[in-house]
Amino acid sequence: MTIKKLALVTCVALSVLSPLSARAAEGGHLPKLSWSFEGFAGTYDRPSLQRGFKVYREVCAACHSMDKVYYRDLTALGYNEEQIKAVAGEYTFIDGPNDEGDMFERSGRPSDPFKAPYANREQAMYANNGAYPPDMSLLVKARHGGANYIYGILTGYGHAPEGHEVPEGKHWNAIMPGHIIAMAPPLQDGQITYDDNAPQTVDQYAKDVATFLTWASEPHMEERKRIGITAFLFLLVFTGVMYTVKKKLWAKLH
Amino acid sequence: MGSGQRAEFKNPVVSWIDERLPVFSLMQKEYGVFPTPRNFNYFWNFGAIAMVMLITMIVSGIVLAMHYTPHADYAFSSVERIMRDVNWGWMLRYIHMNGASFFFIAVYIHIFRGMYYGSYKKPRELLWILGVIIYLLMMATAFMGYTLPWSQMGGWAATVISGFFTAIPVVGDMIQTLLLGGFSVDNPTLNRFFSLHYLLPFVIFAVVFLHVWALHVSGSNNPLGIDVKSSQDTLPFHPYYTMKDTFGLGVFLLLYVIVTFFFPNIFAHPDHFVEYNPMVTPPHIVPEWYFLPFYAILRGLTFGINPYIGLSLVAMVVVMAPIYGGPDKKTGLCGLLCALGRQFALPLLVVAGIFFALGYLSQVEKASGGALLSLPLSDLVFINAKLAGVLAMFGSVILLVFIPWLDTHPVRSARFRPLFKWATLVLAIDFVVLGYVGMEAADAALFGVIPLLWIGQLGTGYYFAYFLMILPWLSRNEKALPLPVSINEAVLKA
Ligand code: HEC
Repeated sequence: MTIKKLALVTCVALSVLSPLSARAAEGGHLPKLSWSFEGFAGTYDRPSLQRGFKVYREVCAACHSMDKVYYRDLTALGYNEEQIKAVAGEYTFIDGPNDEGDMFERSGRPSDPFKAPYANREQAMYANNGAYPPDMSLLVKARHGGANYIYGILTGYGHAPEGHEVPEGKHWNAIMPGHIIAMAPPLQDGQITYDDNAPQTVDQYAKDVATFLTWASEPHMEERKRIGITAFLFLLVFTGVMYTVKKKLWAKLH
Repeated sequence: MGSGQRAEFKNPVVSWIDERLPVFSLMQKEYGVFPTPRNFNYFWNFGAIAMVMLITMIVSGIVLAMHYTPHADYAFSSVERIMRDVNWGWMLRYIHMNGASFFFIAVYIHIFRGMYYGSYKKPRELLWILGVIIYLLMMATAFMGYTLPWSQMGGWAATVISGFFTAIPVVGDMIQTLLLGGFSVDNPTLNRFFSLHYLLPFVIFAVVFLHVWALHVSGSNNPLGIDVKSSQDTLPFHPYYTMKDTFGLGVFLLLYVIVTFFFPNIFAHPDHFVEYNPMVTPPHIVPEWYFLPFYAILRGLTFGINPYIGLSLVAMVVVMAPIYGGPDKKTGLCGLLCALGRQFALPLLVVAGIFFALGYLSQVEKASGGALLSLPLSDLVFINAKLAGVLAMFGSVILLVFIPWLDTHPVRSARFRPLFKWATLVLAIDFVVLGYVGMEAADAALFGVIPLLWIGQLGTGYYFAYFLMILPWLSRNEKALPLPVSINEAVLKA
């Protein structure tokens, strides 16, 4: 066996064993969009992130929490400290106890995590007909298909085909595993006003919020890829040098 | 240790230390001038690579533990904190998470190398067994590490895997309770898993030390599998193999870097990013990829041992008796079995096949209820399917310990044993196929028609047949190709 064969075998084994090997959700066929954050040097599209945050804040945040993300993290979206203080300040948090032992209300600070819509899981389920709106901090990593899946869910609503029952209070969705989802279609055209001139359509909202959620679950992606490229190039040169050294050394033997 | 001949060192400090504690002499002897066969191929890099991965895992793990909270209420959040807020935390975690996979890749290739070139044969049996112990310890460590992020997948994998022990009669439930620290996966489980996950890598380190020690007593095997005869057959370890190993390591690390920095979650199931919830069972519970072949073996045993399967196994034992016992066994019960096995090998094999099929079919449930084939006594199951599965799964790993005594053929390397070579390559493919079967849902089908369960069962059959029947049979019957006179001569000819 040569090293080439070995590499081949390893690659085949990896692609076969990888849990990602083309296993879409049991729902419909996932749409495959091209995202700015894909590829070896892909980065997040800042305007799209800001628009996506707006969609989350004005729509999704009514039901979905995001408790691993802090207001201070929003610097990564291109906001400055003043803007972040203003965003956080719009929410009220319970803090305490104070010197007299009482809990008190105060407005939010950049060091607070995103304000959750419900006090706990039970309240969230009670308010949503028994369905739990999952926390969004890691949602993109927690579903097969990632951003494409989020986009697919948001644009996948429609009428159930002949012969499919949709229970009371539920909705038909092409992408959801089992096709029945408890979330009502959250987006309509024109629902959110964008400050730039991006189209105000469900399609665009879905792309933007999927981009934002990808950032939320992988906030260090850009740094990771940057370091990865440096590490790769360094190792490539190092390995190349070692190859020459080894070759020279062994050549003397024959 | 190192109390033999001391080396000369020019540096006065080195010399001073070496007179009092000859560590430099030791290194010089074991890694400097150590005579190493000159014909290694790149398969021989993976021991050193595995060592580097072990150190990588220990170092990254120690730093991760500084930031991790082993408590059911905080573990998941503390891991996310490492990913988001701890300086370089995301990098440490991805290095550790993917490092486990690459450690297993290196070790699987290393084990395959050992099997293909017969490195387990005399005088390296103990060296091999120490290797199997390292592999077992790695499995235990990885399994416990998998639960530490307290995710749905980790928590439920712990539930499923600890559940295997309940198949053991009488003491099974007790073992499970002891493992989990209670009746289900909860905070006590997390605490003991964390403690052991921190401990075991150092135990591995110690066994690796013994493994390398044993290696340096017998010396390395080589692709020809013949013994070193003279100093012409060897090269000093340094610089020849230090340089070659470093180059190979570089190639391996390139792959590791690509995965860690560009596809860091490729080995992670989405349910690894959802916090553990004992009230919600995930639809598919899959272990990490490196356990999947064994998982397939476990799930492949959908049938227990009833009288038919039992008879089939007895027939196979009789067929194998002369092969295990040797041609000179003529007296006693063993001699009787051997005589029977020699006389009626073929008919007995046919009988075994028929009885196995009967026993199997009588345990397949029809969709409309009831067995596919109703036979008298077929419900008399001595070992039920669950226990049989667990025994087969643990057995498939433990079998590795016994290879030196299952394969007693005098020639080591597969290069000179064409039949052994193919049987072993097929085993490697079988292992990958079993891994694929283990990954898919239990009721999945290939191309929508061939149930993966059948493929998994065939694969399981081959796996056990390889070790228990093919290796012993080949040991007695395979004619090897002529061996070269010496390593040096073979190298010069090439
Ligand atoms: C009125 C409350 C509500 C709003 C607003 C809302 N959701 Fe949901 N969402 C839910 C509920 C409830 C579920 C759980 C659905 C289920 O389990 O069937 C859910 C589930 C989801 C899922 C997961 C489906 C799965 O795989 O489990 C995604 C993705 C999702 N929502 C995205 C969004 C996005 C993006 C927004 C904002 C544009 C949004 N939701 C707004 C209530 C809401």
